[in-house]
Amino acid sequence: MAHGNYRYEPKSAFAKWLDTRLPIIRLVDESIVQFPTPKNLNFWFTFGGILTFMLAVQIVSGIVLAMHYVPHETMAFDSVERIMRDVNYGWLIRYIHSNGASMFFIAVYIHIFRGLYYGSYKAPREVLWLLGIVIYLLMMATGFLGYTLPWGQMSFWGATVITNFFSSIDQVLPGVGSAITQWLWGSFAVDNTTLQRFFSLHYLLPFVIAGVVVLHVWALHVPGNNNPLGIDVKSPADTVPFHPYYTIKDLFALAMFVLFFSYFIFFVPNFLGHADNYIPANRLVTPPHIVPEWYYLPFYAILRSVPDQLAGVVLMFGAIVIWAFLPWLDRSHVRSNNFRPLNRQFFFILIGVVWILGMLGAQTPDGNFQFYFGIEVPISKLLLTQICTIWYFAHFIIITPIISTMEKPLPVPESIATAVLAKGGAPAAAKANG
Amino acid sequence: MRLLAIASLFALVLSSGAQAAGGGDTARKHPEPQSWTFTGPFGTFDRQQLQRGYQVYKEVCAACHGMKLLSFRNLAQPGGPEFSAAQAKALAAGVQVAALNDAGEPIERPGTVADRFPSPYPNEKAARAANNNALPPDLSVIVKARAHGIEGEGPDYLYWLLVGYSDPPPGETVLEGLYYNPYFEGHQIAMPPPLATDGQVTWPEGNPPATKQQMAKDVVAFLTWASEPHMEDRKAMGVKVFLFLVFLCVLLYFAYKRQWKDVDH
Repeated sequence: MAHGNYRYEPKSAFAKWLDTRLPIIRLVDESIVQFPTPKNLNFWFTFGGILTFMLAVQIVSGIVLAMHYVPHETMAFDSVERIMRDVNYGWLIRYIHSNGASMFFIAVYIHIFRGLYYGSYKAPREVLWLLGIVIYLLMMATGFLGYTLPWGQMSFWGATVITNFFSSIDQVLPGVGSAITQWLWGSFAVDNTTLQRFFSLHYLLPFVIAGVVVLHVWALHVPGNNNPLGIDVKSPADTVPFHPYYTIKDLFALAMFVLFFSYFIFFVPNFLGHADNYIPANRLVTPPHIVPEWYYLPFYAILRSVPDQLAGVVLMFGAIVIWAFLPWLDRSHVRSNNFRPLNRQFFFILIGVVWILGMLGAQTPDGNFQFYFGIEVPISKLLLTQICTIWYFAHFIIITPIISTMEKPLPVPESIATAVLAKGGAPAAAKANG
Repeated sequence: MRLLAIASLFALVLSSGAQAAGGGDTARKHPEPQSWTFTGPFGTFDRQQLQRGYQVYKEVCAACHGMKLLSFRNLAQPGGPEFSAAQAKALAAGVQVAALNDAGEPIERPGTVADRFPSPYPNEKAARAANNNALPPDLSVIVKARAHGIEGEGPDYLYWLLVGYSDPPPGETVLEGLYYNPYFEGHQIAMPPPLATDGQVTWPEGNPPATKQQMAKDVVAFLTWASEPHMEDRKAMGVKVFLFLVFLCVLLYFAYKRQWKDVDH
């Protein structure tokens, strides 16, 4: 084991008795109490805990909302408004849930990019990484289904646009795409049947996520945590017990995150939403500009980067599926970008590219790119989207394999303990300790 | 802190995306921001203003626009116009509501506080027939549904929509039955100028003069409350939650520092 040889030893007679029957105390102790954790984790590593918390918040607030919500096309909109107006603290619960989705995605994006930066996807954590991708895909589906439920204009038209992705299969298999789309709708258009099944699935998927999260945490606890240095744990001097060291650190980070979350809930609860979703769904009126929730915007831009609908859909899903190949596309044995100066630059370029794709996804597809502060960049949105999309895929398929083969990484410290002591200015002690 | 910085960048990317939407020659004119009592983390509604605004709604807007999500009891609830219970009852009694008598025959009875605001038209077809085929939207959540909502330009937009009618500039022609309003997307709106003259509504003694601007402002304040009737509760709770969380963060920060002080990391 990379992280030391810690094993739980039951002390009391009852604990011994239970341990041979149901080793649940062992599970908890070895997973989140004594679990040896690298002592150099920074605050970017607190988002796993924050995500677990957000999943719980979404499930609990969602269950309460489901007690009052009516999944029917003529009543859904008004039932959400009834929650806002007449249910005790209904406004609070709904704003927690609607903003919680955004917070969940903010946290997951930080978590993903942290994993990218520190090489957390590399051996022996490939399965952990793959399970993370599954969770992310489930989150995307859940978020989309949930956004449909208030049955406002964006709910309805968003559902129409997304489900119509599947009809593009008609281009290669005539009739099959339409058949799949109608099967998803349960009808010949997005209507009440669609709403009811979306509600059912929106209730189901979070529990599937919770199940995959269990696998994700399990897959974490076998190789143990990665860390900012990206090197394996060599000795007990490299680690601290998870509790109380990381419980308190995660709690502090969580409290800060909840403070940020609260700002949205209490002071700008509709800022992350779209005003059109307070207009009841109307199949006869198409909104002038259909946009998805902010967390899909980079993928929405990729979808629109090519005129061909099927190609766009393939690219959009491919943009996520490509992550699954990353552990094998990146050939470098060094995990952390702290020791990969060249790759590190491309990491930040990738963040910039995804950011610009997000901005492009929010804008109407015609005209020139609108940067911040009303600055118009003299490049057409379509061209910029195509450049960014090509760069995005090239990053994974071309840049990463080439750099990881060519690049000569900086020397990596011997162990976490020597590195942190060197940082503290006591290299001699490190030798003695190590 | 880094988290906050990142998150505010997220907010920036979203808002800029939203701003960038639109464009074109007939894009709606940017509504000049007005001062409102309800903005900001400590914002509250002005009761007198909401009461005046209700009167504008009732005497002007309600001729064509319903507010089906509101009941007369809402007019007396805390955080709103806070009419007295007796006033709300009297306002409700002023409308006739369809009901059934004990024999099951359709009758009309005076409204109670439990009744919803009456809708001006029995159905959409009737509404369109009476309005040159345009549909006057329900106003229950109108401020959240326009121009990025309450946190965006919603209130300013509606204010200017009400007072911003003018003659079309040379080069822009207005279709038969429509009116020129530069604040409206496309500049041609089916709604005739609703606030035509000063003093259109008569308020009780002690209120400011009923100028067009004042009436528009008051009715927008009323509609903002109607869109978000628990806003005052929300902000008041938010301030307390914030104070608590800041205190908790400080405590946790020191607990974290203390726990880690003997560990090199």
